[in-house]
Amino acid sequence: MHEMSLAEGVLKIMEESASAERFRRVRRVVLEIGKLSAVEPEAMRFCFEAVMQGSIAEGAALDIVETEGQGWCAQCACHVPLAALYDACPHCGNFPLGVTAGDAMRVIELEVE
Amino acid sequence: MCGICGCNQTLIAGHAARPSGKAVRFRLHKQAPETADAVRLVRIERDILALNNDHAAANRRALAERGIFALNLVSSPGSGKTTLLVKTITALNGALPLAVIEGDQQTENDAVRIRAAGAPALQINTGRGCHLDAKMVGQALEQMKLQDDSLLLIENVGNLVCPASFDLGEAHKVVILSVTEGEDKPLKYPDMFRAASLMLLNKCDLLPYVEFDADLAISYARRINPALQVMRISATSGAGMQAWLDWIKEGSSQAASA
Repeated sequence: MHEMSLAEGVLKIMEESASAERFRRVRRVVLEIGKLSAVEPEAMRFCFEAVMQGSIAEGAALDIVETEGQGWCAQCACHVPLAALYDACPHCGNFPLGVTAGDAMRVIELEVE
Repeated sequence: MCGICGCNQTLIAGHAARPSGKAVRFRLHKQAPETADAVRLVRIERDILALNNDHAAANRRALAERGIFALNLVSSPGSGKTTLLVKTITALNGALPLAVIEGDQQTENDAVRIRAAGAPALQINTGRGCHLDAKMVGQALEQMKLQDDSLLLIENVGNLVCPASFDLGEAHKVVILSVTEGEDKPLKYPDMFRAASLMLLNKCDLLPYVEFDADLAISYARRINPALQVMRISATSGAGMQAWLDWIKEGSSQAASA
C-alpha cells in the first residue's frame, strides 16, 4: 500500500509550505488524484488520517478531486476518454494511446491558519 | 489577585451585573487578545512524489558522474528475481564490477544469496513499506563503496504495484514476468509495464508444462508500452541469458563513456 508513503509525502510538502508561508495548522487539504495514477482514494483517506496524527494537519479534512483519464489516439488524431491504461481508442480500436491526463497526483491547495 | 485563577499577572478590574441587577466588582488577569489567525488558502500545486523525485534526481546525478549503470528490477514475488541476479553475477564472472541493493520487507536472506555468488550486497528492509524509495537508495549509495563505471543492480520489493511510482534514479526499470504467472499480468498491473524499458519473460524452460501463451503476454505488455523491449529467458537453464548479459554490457559501457 504505497498510499502510506504518498501520505507522508503530502505531510512533507505541507511542512515545507508551513515554514515558507508561515502557518501553524492545516484545516483542509485538497488533493488531485488522477484515475490513472495508481492511487486508491479510499486507501489514501485511511493513510492520510493515520499519517497526520500528531502533525500540523491532525484532524484536517481531506478533499480528493478525482480527474478522469484521457488519452491521445495518433491514428484518429484526437483525445479520447481513457478508463484504463490498456484501453483501445473507442473510434478506431487502436492502441496504445498516449496518456494525456489523469495520471497526476498533486497537492493542490491547503486551508490553513 | 485574579478572581479566576489566583495569579498575580497584570490584573484588570471592572464591574459586572449579576442577574439580580446588583453590580459586583471583579479583578481578573488580563486575557491575551484572541490570537487565532485568519483562515486562508495556500495554493500548492505540487506533485505528491516531488520529494521522492528530488532524491531520485540526486541519485541519478551521482550515478552519472561516476559512470555507474543502475537497473531497478521489479516483479511479483516469486518471479525469480534473486535467482536471475545470482545467475547474472555468475555469468558476468567479474567482467564488470557490480554491486547489489536488495529490497525486502524482512530478512537478510537475499543479500546472503548474492554475497555467496560473489558480489557485494546491501540489504534494505523496508518493514511495513512495500517498495524502495529514492531516499533509501541514496542512503545505501553513501554506505556502499561502489566502483566507478560499475553496474548497480537494485532488486526492489516483490510487488508489481507500488514500485512503479517510485523513481530511484535508475537508468531503467526491468520488469520480470515468469511463465508460471498469469499472462494477463501486464493488463492487471499496467503501471509497472508502462514504467519499464525491458521485460524479461523468465522461466521459459517451463513453457511446455504450463498453460501460458507467451505471445499473448508480450502483446498485452506492448499494448501498454509499445517501446518495451522483451527477452525470453530462463535464469535456471541459461536459455536467452546471453541477450540479457549483452544488454547489460551495452548499457554499462554507454554509462561509463557518457
